[in-house]
Amino acid sequence: MSDQNVNKGRRRMLTLATSAVGAVGVGFMATPFILSMTPSARAKAAGAPVEVDFSKLAEGVLLTIEWQGKPVWIVKRSDAMMDTLGTLTDLLADPESDVEQQPAYAKNQSRAQEKHPNLSVMVGLCTHLGCVPLEKFAIGPASDMGDDWPGGYFCPCHGSKFDMAGRVYKNVPAPTNLPVPPFRFLSDTVIVVGENPEEAKV
Amino acid sequence: MEKLMSWIDDRFPLTQVWEEHMAKYYAPKNFNFWYFFGSLAILMLVMQIITGIFLTMHYKPDAELAFTSVEYIMRDVPWGWLMRYMHAIGASMFFIVIYLHMFRAMIYGSYRAPRELIWIFGMVIFIALMAESFMGYLLPWGNMSFWGAQVIISLFGAIPYVGDGLVEWLRGDYVISDATLNRFFAFHVAAVPLVLVILVFLHIVALHKVGSNNPDGIEIKKNKGADGIPLDGIPFHPYYTVKDIVGVIVFLMVFSAIVFFAPELGGWFLEADNFTPADPLSTPSHIVPLWYFTPYYSILRAVTWEWLPGGAKLWGVIAMFASLIVLFFLPWLDRSPVKSIRYRGGIFKVALTIFILAFLGLGWLGTQPAEGLNLLLAQIGMFLYFGFFLLMPIYTSLDSTKPVPERLT
Amino acid sequence: MKKLFLLLTLVSMPVFASSGAHLDEVDIDMSDTASLQRGAGLFVNYCLSCHSAAFMRYNRMAADLQIPEDVVEDNMMFTADRIGGLMKTTMPAKDAKKWFGKTPPDLSLIARSRGPEWIYTYMRSFYLDDNSPSGWNNVLFEKVAMPHVMYSLQGARHAVFKKDEHGREVFDHYEMVKPGSLNEEEFDAAARDLTNFMVYLAEPAQMVRYKLGVYVLIFLAIFFVFAYLLKKEYWKDVH
Repeated sequence: MSDQNVNKGRRRMLTLATSAVGAVGVGFMATPFILSMTPSARAKAAGAPVEVDFSKLAEGVLLTIEWQGKPVWIVKRSDAMMDTLGTLTDLLADPESDVEQQPAYAKNQSRAQEKHPNLSVMVGLCTHLGCVPLEKFAIGPASDMGDDWPGGYFCPCHGSKFDMAGRVYKNVPAPTNLPVPPFRFLSDTVIVVGENPEEAKV
Repeated sequence: MEKLMSWIDDRFPLTQVWEEHMAKYYAPKNFNFWYFFGSLAILMLVMQIITGIFLTMHYKPDAELAFTSVEYIMRDVPWGWLMRYMHAIGASMFFIVIYLHMFRAMIYGSYRAPRELIWIFGMVIFIALMAESFMGYLLPWGNMSFWGAQVIISLFGAIPYVGDGLVEWLRGDYVISDATLNRFFAFHVAAVPLVLVILVFLHIVALHKVGSNNPDGIEIKKNKGADGIPLDGIPFHPYYTVKDIVGVIVFLMVFSAIVFFAPELGGWFLEADNFTPADPLSTPSHIVPLWYFTPYYSILRAVTWEWLPGGAKLWGVIAMFASLIVLFFLPWLDRSPVKSIRYRGGIFKVALTIFILAFLGLGWLGTQPAEGLNLLLAQIGMFLYFGFFLLMPIYTSLDSTKPVPERLT
Repeated sequence: MKKLFLLLTLVSMPVFASSGAHLDEVDIDMSDTASLQRGAGLFVNYCLSCHSAAFMRYNRMAADLQIPEDVVEDNMMFTADRIGGLMKTTMPAKDAKKWFGKTPPDLSLIARSRGPEWIYTYMRSFYLDDNSPSGWNNVLFEKVAMPHVMYSLQGARHAVFKKDEHGREVFDHYEMVKPGSLNEEEFDAAARDLTNFMVYLAEPAQMVRYKLGVYVLIFLAIFFVFAYLLKKEYWKDVH
């Protein structure tokens, strides 16, 4: 071994270059491993948009379907239910739905699409810690929610309350309104959950 | 940086470990091609562990779901096919590397004193690796997985008195079943890999205690300079790290060529019969273990002499296990005064050549039906295999040797 | 290094000789998209009514074979209601067992377990046989339960056997009884398309595997140059 004639610059340059190429290689190699943890084709197929025919659904009855493994509620609200929505503004944390928990086309008082205001479509998971709230549609003491209860949803886990449009009440643990998933009408009685309406597509 | 290093060194001997095992670990300067396979074996171990962990995220150790979950990995999991191929082909490549690593030890006498323990740790690693790959092969739950496991586990039934009970205990059922699959999974992903990692650690600790052998079979520690550094030694880092990187890249090229262009390698790495789900009612027409088991499988089938006490089946099993156990005694069977094949005489060279041919021949015969001429050849191969070891004390003492130089050539 | 490559070429020979039956060569080409598309059409029309290919998703096929999803939805999906669904069969397994004596096997992996040559030969080896329950038999797969589903294309044939020197019946040639809509050449081409598709079906990863492999090897070659120069540079010290 001898230390004469060592071209230190060349050595450093080659070490750097080899390390750089090696690092790129490790990066390439790591990519498939990281991507393998993203949702598989099966998960994507299971999470695909779901067609729901609600022609036989009675007014004021809760229909639960599954979309992306989550419960999605579909309710044809009665006019009496719709009338309560305007009276609650002072009790609600976000009556105007300012927090983005819904597509732009559902940012309104009924949190529904303009042409079909009575049809409510929501993801039925409490925005506090993800429990499934209970249906408390009956107005007044029948719901066991106090005498002036206007009808809505109640989360049994930590007592969060929502109105018939999924808007959250003040002073409960849940921070935001229930999410509204993208949905579009195929006809007056069939919707696709998971897809935006044609006119809303960008 | 320096401050951080001294902070760590006060609490953990990081610099000391680095120097002892890398920067000031003096390895002989004349390592050749055969010395790539040690670092490649570590590469394969790491690759198998990493790909294995990611496969475990998607695999289901359940007889109803196992086969489907493997195809799910091959099709639905993003890049799952790559991981599955790397792991399955990696098993075969691991054995190629290990066999060449062992062959290196045999030609240069790396198992000889004072390196007997390195050899023994290595042999235990080899056996553990065989267990690991055997159990891993059941997991895809293909028809060859099923019947391969069936045949190998049945071997234990040949043991007198306890055999049948032992077989049932190993399977956890009256046939290979969900229970067997589940326990093989537990061993394959947790128990055996843990043992392997510990054994590899011990293998390297033992190696670094005595220092590496080399193609000349000369102890470099006998010739030290004034500074106490072996005159024929060079620091492992950077010399052998930069050299091993080149070896790793060439190896990865071969590995990638197989993974991307010939993952089945003509049925040697992935068997066609294993793309059919396990069927307890229909045996594949040829039950053949993967190539790395076939030499021992050949020996198992070569014993057909029914007049042996206890029957041929029992002695076949004994012969098969003996063919592995005899390797442990290699350090004491070899009586030659020199280590390396470079300074040995003709007898050893001939014996080693015959042994390698017998080993490869047995390996090939293990993939063929054992009847007629094939059976006779396997029996001859078996005698040559055992003859190489059992006659070694005699022919190595008789063999001529060439004078060994003082310094590396 | 040379020895390693020698070893690799040595072992890449197939493990088994074929089991004796003569198999015809078939040209498999994953880049022949038109052939794969035609094969997919034959597969969903002739195979999928009895067999499943339950590891395959329609949208994966659409993407890999460059068939627009709405074409697949309108013309190729008879069983699944969603494009992301699996290629299942319409026939309930129980009925299949009643009709054929056994459940038709899933075909997702058949090209890997049997080999493309086998499928290609098999699909072209059916003949009329009054002694078989289905009315059909197969030269390659004697007493097969499956009828000749593509007979309207190939036509119906008798097989003529002769005695060999050991007195065994061996196949000699076919005699056309009722020609189908394709002539022999056209039917062979259709069988090749179908086989090609089934090879794809057995391992969809092939569509990326070959292309990616080239890039990986190129990258490693570049890496090799740098690593080799680095090694040379350091080893100047060692005499």
